[in-house]
Amino acid sequence: MARVDVLMPQMGESIAEGTLSKWLKKLGDEVKRDEPLFEISTDKVDAEIPAPSAGVLAEIKVQEGQTVPVQTLVAVIETEKGAAKPAAASPAAPPGATAQRAPAAPGGTAVSPPSPPTARPPDRPTAPAVKGGDGAETAEERLRRKSTPLVRKIAAEHQVDISTIPGTGFAGRVTKQDILGFIETGSRAPAMAPVARPPSPGPSTGPVVHPAVEPWPGDRVEPFSKIRKITADHMIMSRRTSAHVTSYFEVDYSRVAELRRRHKAAYAERGVNLTYLAFIAKACAEQLRKHPVVNAAVSGDNIIYRADVNIGIAVALDWGLIVPVVKRADELSLGGLARAINDLGERARAKKLSPDEIQRGTFTITNPGVFGSYAGAPIINQPQVAVLGVGAIEKRPKVVTLPDGTDTIAIRTMGMVSMSYDHRVVDGADADRFLADVKRVLEDFPEGTV
Amino acid sequence: MADVTYLEALRQGLWEEMERDPRVFILGEDVGAYGGAFKVTDGFVKRFGTERVIDTPISEAAIVGAAAGAAHMGMRPVAEMQFIDFISCAYDMLTNYVATARYRAGLGTPIVVRGPCGGYVRGGPFHSQNPEAAFFHTPGLKIVYPATARDAKGLIKASIRDDDPVIYLEHKWLYRRIKEALPEGEEILTPIGEARLAREGKDLSIVTYGATVWKSLEAAEQLAKEDGLAVEVLDLRTLLPMDDAAIMRSVQKTNKVLIVHEDTRTGGVAGEIAARINEQAFAWLDGPIMRVTAHDVPLPYAPTLEDFVLPQTDDIVKAARWLAAY
Repeated sequence: MARVDVLMPQMGESIAEGTLSKWLKKLGDEVKRDEPLFEISTDKVDAEIPAPSAGVLAEIKVQEGQTVPVQTLVAVIETEKGAAKPAAASPAAPPGATAQRAPAAPGGTAVSPPSPPTARPPDRPTAPAVKGGDGAETAEERLRRKSTPLVRKIAAEHQVDISTIPGTGFAGRVTKQDILGFIETGSRAPAMAPVARPPSPGPSTGPVVHPAVEPWPGDRVEPFSKIRKITADHMIMSRRTSAHVTSYFEVDYSRVAELRRRHKAAYAERGVNLTYLAFIAKACAEQLRKHPVVNAAVSGDNIIYRADVNIGIAVALDWGLIVPVVKRADELSLGGLARAINDLGERARAKKLSPDEIQRGTFTITNPGVFGSYAGAPIINQPQVAVLGVGAIEKRPKVVTLPDGTDTIAIRTMGMVSMSYDHRVVDGADADRFLADVKRVLEDFPEGTV
Repeated sequence: MADVTYLEALRQGLWEEMERDPRVFILGEDVGAYGGAFKVTDGFVKRFGTERVIDTPISEAAIVGAAAGAAHMGMRPVAEMQFIDFISCAYDMLTNYVATARYRAGLGTPIVVRGPCGGYVRGGPFHSQNPEAAFFHTPGLKIVYPATARDAKGLIKASIRDDDPVIYLEHKWLYRRIKEALPEGEEILTPIGEARLAREGKDLSIVTYGATVWKSLEAAEQLAKEDGLAVEVLDLRTLLPMDDAAIMRSVQKTNKVLIVHEDTRTGGVAGEIAARINEQAFAWLDGPIMRVTAHDVPLPYAPTLEDFVLPQTDDIVKAARWLAAY
């Protein structure tokens, strides 16, 4: 009788945990392979998780509403019909709990225990080499993330994320003293030794601390939602990481307005809303290809020039902010881009985005102008190096020079674009050349591409 | 109060029970005229006579069988195994007959089978064994293993008064090494099934019994001095029935456990203790449950080899350091 473990999936490189929002199957139910088993909501995305194989749902390890780290055992499917019976109330034996598969316990015979660890050498001779039950991580890696039953219990009681606490134990494990000290000092991360760190693997490494503020009588204190927490931490991290500079350009959208007026109905017939944003995204996508340093990332002392142009579009939701990504935006037509942006926005609002749809952005456009903002200085969406803000697009008086050389005030459809960029790699000249090109494309938008 | 050795305390306990209860009698090899191989019953025959201090043939099965029969007839026999190693000859009598009598026939068997155990005395494979694991598995028996003079006395008295069979394991290395001031005129009774906190600590717990209680206390002292560690030492005193509550109290306090016994490792009592901690206190563990035991070999004669095979203070210190740093 084969048992297949169902784990909390890793829904993206920066996502550390997921909440099991709903079980779609009951204990003892038969499931088909790839049939939805349960729903999760991770940091930003809700998703249905399919069964990895057919069988009977024999054990449920995570209840609805519980939040667990990725790779946590969520359920067990027994793949042989009839042989499976749901586990009793007592905790089931851990998978592979045999002497051979247990993490290499230090010391074979106890009268010669392993040499005692010293002050945390990087590689201990007794480091367990055995792979864990799912084969994905070593016992040592698991230990660093999960520590021990006691520490997990304390962490759960105090709602502390073990992975944010520096560990002093075996293999960097968080010990009882570590977590108690962490909690005692008001959940502030102990000062880390200023050692050279490898390049951050993703946008959310390292703890961000938001200082406590005294509430006044009558105030309402509400804990961060998950999306708020992610956003808050990410914004601080980005501010700390990048050397933000913002450039502002004024764009004359009169031609785009005219093209929209002429083609909007035709696009609408095909179910596409031809927005200003689609034109702006099209112009950016095209110009990012020509200005690779704006379509880049910083890693340690290296610049990563992205092969693809993947444009994130910030979408304001009632419950927070999300940035779905149009992959290979430069390969899409104006209509394709408009359709993709509409589609992602609608699905973001309906919580139907898949995890990969919010990942791998290489450049971001945010559009606060829809609310009337004249211009803003957005914060870069790490690990990207630039973000474009679109200001309100409206008719404004503008000085124009007529063909005969005389100046006059005309009514034009105008708007600001602002771009915050990371001056570590993007110099002012790079940014302004890029923006000037975007402006030029928008002001002379070729009819043939519409 | 006079300083009393572990052996003398045991002798006193036997003597007092013989004086108290005429049903109590002793039988074994050379327990009478010779006074026992280790002189535990020295002088007994003179005081209580040959009817109550009986020299037997060299047959452990016969000794235990006779004791069981007498117990069924209302007596309170104390059977001595000259060396506990030879209790294996009475294994059938103890496990098939004695341990099951109450369950099979409603016959209580209030016997005590006692004898010198353990190594550290260059005794070799036939005179150094710790037989607890072989009987630990048998429902119907009780097993006690005192580490102090007070408990040597308190447990022999409690064992004699118990209505069920008790295997009383006494450590020959402790016989004359351990001295303790015992109050005269006071009845010392150690309840069966209760562990003793031998040393309080907060950093890790050593759960042990018998001679390794003293090795563990030495290790704890060294760890306090050299490492600043507060090591708790729990002396189980009774192995069957085991004082789970005392073990879990200690685990919940220190969150790290080292189990130490002199017996060999595989199938040893430490494995059962580890399993119980796992079942009852898993969420309090902040490290793996570790064992320090003898190696899985017959005990060698050669002093250097015996020292290597048996758990020494230094082994306990090393394992405790490893666990403390985990």
